[in-house]
Amino acid sequence: MYTYDEFDRTFIAERAAQFRDQVARRLSGELTEDEFRPLRLMNGVYLQLHAYMLRIAIPYGTLSSGQLRKLAHVARVFDRGYGHFTTRQNLQLNWIKLSDMPQVLEELAGAGVHAMQTSGNCIRNITTDQWGGVAPGEIEDPRFWAEILRQWSTMHPEFTFLPRKFKIAITGTPDDRAAVKVHDIGLRIIENEQGETGFEVSAGGGLGRSPFIAKVIRDFLPKQDLLSYLEAILRVYNAHGRRDNIYKARIKILVHDLGAERFAAEVEEEWAQIKDSYLKLDPAFVADIRSRFVYPEYETLEDDPAVLKTALSANARFALWHGNSTAKHKISGYAIVTLSLKPIGKPPGDATSGQMEAIADLADRYSYGEIRVGHDQNLVLPHVRQQDLPALWKQLDAIGVATPNAGLITDIISCPGLDYCSLANARAIPVAMEIAQRFAPIEKAQSIGPLHINISGCINACGHHHIGHIGILGVEKNGREFYQITLGGKADEDATLGQLLGPAIPYEEVAGTIERIVSRYLDLRLSADEIFIGTVTRLGVTPFKEALYALH
Amino acid sequence: MGRKAMVSPLQQKIRVSGPVVVTANRLSDGAVVYLAKSGLWTQELGAATVLWSAEEAQAALKAAQSDGLEAVGAYLAPIDASETAAQPGNLREFIRIGGPTFALPSAGPQRVAA
Repeated sequence: MYTYDEFDRTFIAERAAQFRDQVARRLSGELTEDEFRPLRLMNGVYLQLHAYMLRIAIPYGTLSSGQLRKLAHVARVFDRGYGHFTTRQNLQLNWIKLSDMPQVLEELAGAGVHAMQTSGNCIRNITTDQWGGVAPGEIEDPRFWAEILRQWSTMHPEFTFLPRKFKIAITGTPDDRAAVKVHDIGLRIIENEQGETGFEVSAGGGLGRSPFIAKVIRDFLPKQDLLSYLEAILRVYNAHGRRDNIYKARIKILVHDLGAERFAAEVEEEWAQIKDSYLKLDPAFVADIRSRFVYPEYETLEDDPAVLKTALSANARFALWHGNSTAKHKISGYAIVTLSLKPIGKPPGDATSGQMEAIADLADRYSYGEIRVGHDQNLVLPHVRQQDLPALWKQLDAIGVATPNAGLITDIISCPGLDYCSLANARAIPVAMEIAQRFAPIEKAQSIGPLHINISGCINACGHHHIGHIGILGVEKNGREFYQITLGGKADEDATLGQLLGPAIPYEEVAGTIERIVSRYLDLRLSADEIFIGTVTRLGVTPFKEALYALH
Repeated sequence: MGRKAMVSPLQQKIRVSGPVVVTANRLSDGAVVYLAKSGLWTQELGAATVLWSAEEAQAALKAAQSDGLEAVGAYLAPIDASETAAQPGNLREFIRIGGPTFALPSAGPQRVAA
């Protein structure tokens, strides 16, 4: 965990106090809505279909148990007792009154939580691997660099009014769990031939109306130059990004229009001006940030302890969950545990206040008080002793977060869709729930193997449909909900955009169509070892078109 | 279920081809409200002023948008008007009145034991 210092605490508290004053002036009529809107957005407050929504930042997806308890408390007292974890590692509360918002932000500030950088045309909350700091094979903990970027970007005066929002993701392992290739800037921590660690920098990725995979614009960036180089990218974007057309304002359009090579050359030219400025990272500053990341004092333990082996052979349900939802930890004797927020019959990514409190208690007991949020809308306990897994599983099972479906067809990523969002044109959550219901028997989902379904309720693509193995995009046609299906998308280190399968289908036919696509895959796969995306990559989308043609 | 266009009002051009009401969200808590015959805002769709012509709809919307203190984000929403009661004219408006189309996660027992 990163520990805030007095500066951070004061800053967050002052921001909450400012917002109290701004809300009071809005409610009294002193501020018009046009004047107030940018102020509320800077504090994560949106106006949605039914009510105000508060999007709370969870920087690089790391929460303490105390912070999770506070989120649970706020959700219970000021909202309807649940929250929605998003693909941006944030938490959204859907029903908070504007008049309560100042108190909510003050309560959150008391726990070191805020809602800055969750909205507006600024550098947004920086996202990363939910296994940061614990993944085997990790070159370096990406959260450390995400924290440096957070401090640099929060309230950066030059980048508070960018042409559009700006998203940065960072990963520290060769396996990309943070979808860095579909971000405005994607950073991969790498090691060069001299054994030095630095960053491979990509730019111009993004989803939405015009999806692009980011292009590598620098193969190796020394760590000390991280801020100056990113500042150079932002300056080029700030100077040349289009402000005349909201649909062409993201950096991906600029990189595409200029070409990656020319864009990179412009960045290099700008960088040369500022490379040796105050932005060069001072080793003392870096060491100070590092010292604030407190890691658990791990015990010396062996892998596969006897209590685990016994439980695995004695309890088939536990063994099933263990095989699906735990992963190897960088420290022997420990495990990384995924908590599924995708139970059959419930909205993907949602957790009740009761669940959040229980998870906070379990984190204290079994994971050094730390919880992670993944962009896949699941939670993680990052430091669990393997010998504790049987006891932990029983308690996770009791609170409904031990569905052994991580990475399977029922582990669906979904935006809130038309059930909440004022931008959406179609529902997403009920589609996800219906598909999950069709594949509810866990043996069925397991026999299909890894398969990622991503659903968005509009072209803005908060549900990352372009990079789902199966992507589902809701559109509106003559007052009815229709859905476009794409196949072959990937969010990993070989990120790929899915291809459209055919004409959009109506709401009622989506789940059946997905069943036929899966059935076709089972017929076509070379063996049970060839996962869905492997079959689509090998054969293309054409053999799957009959799943749609059955309807038309 | 209604078959009237439900493109996000944020992206909508103002066109009136049937009965509409002026709707918005209440400033203080975001609740869905409708412009009533009294000129005040109400949470009851049945009490809303039903507007039939583009001219009167435009005028009512303009007046509502100039309010800004009671309600925000005013726009014209289609309705299905009948002799008995007005109904939302599309799924978006049904959801605004009735909430999400599935049981909320917090429905049922809240406190769970760890």
